[in-house]
Amino acid sequence: MSTETLPRETAPRKPPRRKPAPRGQAARTRRREAIGLVMPSLIPILVLSVAPLLVGIFLAFTNARLVRHPDYGFAGVDNFTRLAGNTLFWDSLRIGLIWTVGVTVLQLAAAMGLALLLNSGLKLQGLTRVLALVPWAMPPVVVAVMWQMIYSANGGPLNAVLGSVGLPSDINWLGDFSTALPAVIVVGVWVGMPQTTVTLLAGLQQIPAELHEAAAVDGAGAWRRFTAVTWPTLRPIVTSITSLNFIWNFNSFSLVYVLTAGGPGGKTMVPVLFIYLEAFKNREIGYAAAMGLVLVVVVVLILAVYLRSQFRDDRAADLRKGR
Amino acid sequence: MRLLTRPAQYAALVLYLLFLGFPLLWLISASVKSSGELNSLSASILPHEWHWENYAEALTKQGLLHSAWNSLIVALASTALSVLIAVPAAYVLARLRGRVRVAGVGWILVSQVFPVVLIILPLFLILRALGLADNLAGLTLVHTTYMLPFALWMLQGYVAAIPVELEEAGAMDGANRLTVLRTIVFPLLAPGVVATAMFSFVSSWNEFFFALVLLQSPENYTLPITLNMFVGGEGKVALGPLAAGAVLAAVPSIVFFSILRRKLTSGLMAGAVKG
Repeated sequence: MSTETLPRETAPRKPPRRKPAPRGQAARTRRREAIGLVMPSLIPILVLSVAPLLVGIFLAFTNARLVRHPDYGFAGVDNFTRLAGNTLFWDSLRIGLIWTVGVTVLQLAAAMGLALLLNSGLKLQGLTRVLALVPWAMPPVVVAVMWQMIYSANGGPLNAVLGSVGLPSDINWLGDFSTALPAVIVVGVWVGMPQTTVTLLAGLQQIPAELHEAAAVDGAGAWRRFTAVTWPTLRPIVTSITSLNFIWNFNSFSLVYVLTAGGPGGKTMVPVLFIYLEAFKNREIGYAAAMGLVLVVVVVLILAVYLRSQFRDDRAADLRKGR
Repeated sequence: MRLLTRPAQYAALVLYLLFLGFPLLWLISASVKSSGELNSLSASILPHEWHWENYAEALTKQGLLHSAWNSLIVALASTALSVLIAVPAAYVLARLRGRVRVAGVGWILVSQVFPVVLIILPLFLILRALGLADNLAGLTLVHTTYMLPFALWMLQGYVAAIPVELEEAGAMDGANRLTVLRTIVFPLLAPGVVATAMFSFVSSWNEFFFALVLLQSPENYTLPITLNMFVGGEGKVALGPLAAGAVLAAVPSIVFFSILRRKLTSGLMAGAVKG
């Protein structure tokens, strides 16, 4: 989950210069042992994840179709020029970004509020933590089934609650053009928010209480203490969970697929779903691979811009502190 | 001084617990309601009568039991496989310095951004060429491969926590590396292996996308796929048994995760927090 911090963690431990490699028979034996121990992992990885990645990139430049005996023709950039004019694909990209940014931001904001609450010594902490991992642990299909019941237009509890306070109570949440995407986003937040909360809470508990006390002595109010003490300390954690949540949400498939299958009228057609349909219903795998490639480029670009901006802010802060 | 007063804080917390807990309660309650009550427009959170036969029906009539069996086989096999091949590799990753480590860590990083949509098409073609599409063995291999990075990451953390001095002491006594691994490292690694295995099991048990793409014959369906079929084929299955099936499908994951809770939050999040 937190693999992105690996380099940071290992960097300081690295000796200034690598030890000169041991020579001779002993070194060869050690290397052979290491290779032998790693090999069983390496083979499935190479065959079932690295090779498909390369083949996928290759497929994007062919007109391959999903038939019994595929007959690939090299298509150059045809798929991409065709894609440029495919407004449905760009619509799905837009919907996917709304879904991803919506879930990621709401999840973070709600989780931050909740983590601060839990960190201020309330009771019920235990219960909250026990419940916290449940949504994350549940099979996505089960989550989707559950929320379909909640949202149901026929006797669903959400409409019942709304009706009891005099609000409109006949909304077909997942079936209505205007409510489907927000309804799906709420489910995304439900799934991811507890985990984000637990992570933030772990971060909050690492902040020494003296920092807050010192700030309070200096006359800083609650909001000022948050912006001056809490937020800067949490920044690295926020950056890493935001990046990971962004990737997971952008690549998520099961939840939306089971909840709405992209409907109504394509209003919840996230890109991964669009590509799945293109490949396995329209059987145009070359074209679908091109879409996948465009998607990867979009995600990597967005993440690069985000991480760069975070990095630049850190630098600016360091300069202000006169480091 | 506080942004919110105590009562307001508790109100916010209760609101959150409702948001988190209500859907779960509703699902469980739906699983014991009669179909008449489920279809009435004034359903309540507590069922009027408890109908356990939804569970019996989910297990017997809907093919759920058979797909649960398939899920169990795939999850157990891929867990065993991934742990078996991850333990030695995690040992190398944690103990050795230099290029092997950099490459391993680099790959674990990349796997987090793995564009599954791009992978799934060629993966399907490769497995079909090997005769492993629409096949539980094929799905097991795929699950194993995609659980590996995380298993490696968890296990190498556990290996790193074992003092090297213990191994050196073993080596002094004249044991070769395999003996040292077998007699010193593996026994100490056991709790880590158990945690990793539980996590792998749950990932495989819950997995939907690969199973959806790879499995075509209903007799090969895993539990999530069968549940989804019930959702898709509206009217085919009653809501009660569907809810009961969903509850049953969620049980193993929730049990394992509550056992793992402390380990997951302290161990796995440590990296993010330290950063």
